Amino acid sequence: MCIDCGCGPAEASHHHHDHKHDHDGKTVKIEEDLLAKNNRLAGNNRQLFADKELFVLNLVSSPGSGKTSILERTLSDLKEEICFAVLEGDQQTANDADRIAATGVPALQINTGTGCHLDAHMVGHGVETFDLNATDLLMIENVGNLVCPASFDLGEDFKVAVLSVTEGEDKPLKYPQMFRAAKMMLINKIDLLPHLRFDVEKCKAFARQVNPEITILELSCHSGEGMEAWYTWLRQGVAGKKAAADSKGA
Amino acid sequence: MHELGITRSIVEIAEENARRQGAQRVLSVTIEIGDLAGVIPDSVAFCYEVCCEGTLLAGSELLIRQVKGKGRCRDCGADIDLDTTTFNCSTCGSYALERLQGEELRVIEMEIE
Ligand SMILES: Nc1nc2c(ncn2[C@@H]2O[C@H](COP(=O)(O)OP(=O)(O)OP(=O)(O)O)[C@@H](O)[C@H]2O)c(=O)[nH]1
Ligand SMILES: [Mg+2]
Ligand SMILES: [Zn+2]
Repeated sequence: MCIDCGCGPAEASHHHHDHKHDHDGKTVKIEEDLLAKNNRLAGNNRQLFADKELFVLNLVSSPGSGKTSILERTLSDLKEEICFAVLEGDQQTANDADRIAATGVPALQINTGTGCHLDAHMVGHGVETFDLNATDLLMIENVGNLVCPASFDLGEDFKVAVLSVTEGEDKPLKYPQMFRAAKMMLINKIDLLPHLRFDVEKCKAFARQVNPEITILELSCHSGEGMEAWYTWLRQGVAGKKAAADSKGA
Repeated sequence: MHELGITRSIVEIAEENARRQGAQRVLSVTIEIGDLAGVIPDSVAFCYEVCCEGTLLAGSELLIRQVKGKGRCRDCGADIDLDTTTFNCSTCGSYALERLQGEELRVIEMEIE
């Protein structure tokens, strides 16, 4: 349902038909993809990121799964080793960018206002503020929302879906579009497992039903458990991106 | 939830094409929405009128063609009907499905005068 224009589902259906009223107009073919503009801009971003040998991740989750917390811990632990930049997408406030900036890593907040997702245009302009030649890994934290960001390519290498154990194990089945689009699922807040009835194995099985190829890691950015495997994956991604650029350049 | 944005781009695309054609106004716009595209047709229909106000599309009609989801099983090769709640092959149970149809989100044509 469209919260932006306040519409409800009940009165909408009468609009919705596929027979033509009689008009005497001239029919003109258009055949244009609605996401074409975003996809074109995402393609431009992807090319730029390849030229700059930049590994780019798009972090998606419901509100409060721990995207910013994971970033804070990751940046603090790896910033001497990897040069990061962070784009923060939220409808309102600069809170998340302020939290990232406190780690000393360059961060930019993008406020989407009523918009429920980042798009390729915002990201293209957002990265203009960073020195990409001096950056290895760009983290984009999307607006907390498991629906809309799935449809909007930003030019990233991979989407990383964060799911925290307080949200219930069936989220991948409820939001299949997002978990299909993701390369990696991070199951966060596992320090809370002793207090919950969250079946980790079931959650993984659900995610693999929607996306048999998905990589899954369990972690807690509070206790630090599982973070090392995530860091290994990040290091491989950064190295892989540079190797791809070098083999092209050679 | 991004149906408002989607609807705005329908209007933008149609109006741009209409101007190029030198049209006075647009009478109807036909779009295609796949069942797997993650967009709710009713919400688009609802947002449409408001988005058309003050454009060449004001008062025009929106025609929506829904496209059924179809896929093929990578393991047994069966062709299957897909909806957003089908994750495995109805013939062999495999989860390795390839989507063939149903992710469409396109402006097809319009009528102008
Ligand atoms: N126990 C526990 N709490 C966590 C963990 N990670 C994050 N939290 C808490 O979860 C809350 C939300 O974390 P954020 O990092 O702000 O989540 P977010 O996904 O960035 O939220 P939005 O940007 O608002 O969508 C905070 O209170 C964190 O302290 C974890 O591993 N364990
Ligand atoms: Mg955040
Ligand atoms: Zn099969």
